[in-house]
Amino acid sequence: MNRTVSRWAFLKRWETILVLILLAICFVNSLASPYFLNPHNLFDSTQSFSEKAMIVLSMTLVIIGRDIDLSVASNVALCSTAMGWLALHGLPTSALLLASILVGTAAGMFNGLVITRFRVPAIVVTIGTLSLFRGIAYIVLGDQAFTRYPANFSELGQGYLFNLIPYEFLVFMGLAAAFYVLLHRTVIGRNLFAYGNNPDAALYSGIQVNRYRFWFFTLNGAMCGLAAAFLTSRIGATRPNMAQGWDMEAIAMVVLGGVSIMGGSGTLLGVLLSVFVMGMLTFGLGLINIPGIMMTVVVGFLLIGAIATPIVARKLSDWRRERAGA
Amino acid sequence: MSKSPLKTGPNRDVILGLIVAALLVLIAIRAPVFMSSGSLDTLVTDGALLGMMAVAQMLPILTGGIDLSMPANMAFTGMATALLSKAHPAMPVLATVAIALAIGLVLGAFNGCFIAYLGIPPIVVTLGTMSIYRGAVFMLSRGAWVNAQDFGKPYLAFPMGRLLGLTHIFWIAALLIAAAYVFLNHMQKGRELYALGGNPPAAKYVGINNTHNKMLIYLLTGLASGLCGYLWVARYAIAYTEIALGFELQTVAACVIGGVSIAGGRGSVPGTLLGAAFLVIIFNALPIINVSPFWQMAISGTVVLAAVIINSRGERSQGKVILEPERGTSAKVAS
Repeated sequence: MNRTVSRWAFLKRWETILVLILLAICFVNSLASPYFLNPHNLFDSTQSFSEKAMIVLSMTLVIIGRDIDLSVASNVALCSTAMGWLALHGLPTSALLLASILVGTAAGMFNGLVITRFRVPAIVVTIGTLSLFRGIAYIVLGDQAFTRYPANFSELGQGYLFNLIPYEFLVFMGLAAAFYVLLHRTVIGRNLFAYGNNPDAALYSGIQVNRYRFWFFTLNGAMCGLAAAFLTSRIGATRPNMAQGWDMEAIAMVVLGGVSIMGGSGTLLGVLLSVFVMGMLTFGLGLINIPGIMMTVVVGFLLIGAIATPIVARKLSDWRRERAGA
Repeated sequence: MSKSPLKTGPNRDVILGLIVAALLVLIAIRAPVFMSSGSLDTLVTDGALLGMMAVAQMLPILTGGIDLSMPANMAFTGMATALLSKAHPAMPVLATVAIALAIGLVLGAFNGCFIAYLGIPPIVVTLGTMSIYRGAVFMLSRGAWVNAQDFGKPYLAFPMGRLLGLTHIFWIAALLIAAAYVFLNHMQKGRELYALGGNPPAAKYVGINNTHNKMLIYLLTGLASGLCGYLWVARYAIAYTEIALGFELQTVAACVIGGVSIAGGRGSVPGTLLGAAFLVIIFNALPIINVSPFWQMAISGTVVLAAVIINSRGERSQGKVILEPERGTSAKVAS
């Protein structure tokens, strides 16, 4: 009926709103600093969010499937710890990258396995692994840090194509395209939306819901591994408290992108836009010297605001319609 | 099949109680100093704080929710009262407690409005307010610490004062936990919470007001956080931005170990207390048996996972199973 039509119209409008917000932020940023619009500077600013954004892509799929993963930040710390330990034992950069992705994938698989095999809510399992993964990093590192990496390791997170575009931004954009195709152009994506909307109906129509969930958690873990490799390479050190707060930021970006936290709806374009909105906002706040902890306050408000706004809007319109009807 | 001894209920509590007792005996054999009066006193006071917060955490979990913002609320309330005590050293304890409760209540109400009236999942709201409140601590203190010598005398003296040999913190906790037990088991409102978590649509049909009960829950967790924020700061005689960081995981862990179902509707005060005791005993024993405190995080994670897996066996036989293999997703975040 026309209810679905109006819902799509709303989604389109949400993405339009995001574009407008993004333009406004860029405008304010360019006022705050004359160097902001310099292409070198613009591309550099992407480095502060590219790694996180890789996890956001796979987190989008997890959330559309009615799940949630609170362990991503801890997973990043775990992968980085594995890399640091292997680097001490003299492994080259390529092996470190591979190891990080493997460790992340294994950790994601572990999440998926416990969640689907024992039929427990994702939230409580990932609260457990949140402690476990970072806990392992603490056991290995204590109050120490791994800082000895191969000479060419920093190229990964600090290198540029044509001396302009950071590799990690390129990788992120490539992944974003791949995730777009996966979510909106394949049967896998259609099935994901189906079971995100109604898991029981999807199951009865032959979709192997738990198998999908398992693999999306695995994919999320793999993205954590990849992000950990770039992050570690960029900052050149592994500390057990690294990437703290990324879980909340990643979830906030997904939700701000218009993905329903109840599952079943959302677009990759919206998420991509919200990644840029948050990235440019962070960068702008950095330009005017706002401390990092204040950034988490902004993210917290955005997270709640992004969900509350459409609900309040709907309640208001319902209320108006009721009054008009009465 | 439903006779699994590990499912929630008095049986499960007895088994968990035996495990906790065995744990105590093992540690006492390995390191007799653990059973010294000084060590036990620390254990009881630490346990009182975790016990109070875990029982508070149980309320939202019973209804299928969660409150991750409690430690941030504690940190804010703790810092606010600490700064007040610094400015007015003679402030009476009663005023401090009243202010702590009031601040905690306001922060809890903020959560409650979004959760109860707008229907936003508790996990999202409290994940957001967790960082908002934590950032607010930083704004309030400008990142500075309040150290032991800055506090007023009564502020520090009351929580660590003693009655019958035990700290006031212990007695406050005992009183509140007993009140929670009576509330949940013998009062209509308390029983409504179980109904709400066990079967929300059915609860609605029998006339239980979802909105008011949810609001009530987050007001209660707010009050508990406010009070514990003051007690925590006074106990350690220091206030800084990162107070109780990560404590939400321990409260959830205590609940899960104690047999509270994260999907809602199941859980008991004694179980949760035993879960808290289990964690506190392990954490306090680590340095005594020469294990680095850096193991804490991994241990609590492992214990949570183990408890979740064991609980899942007890819960699975619920309801009528229509299709045996692959039952799809159970609700991830109940609203």
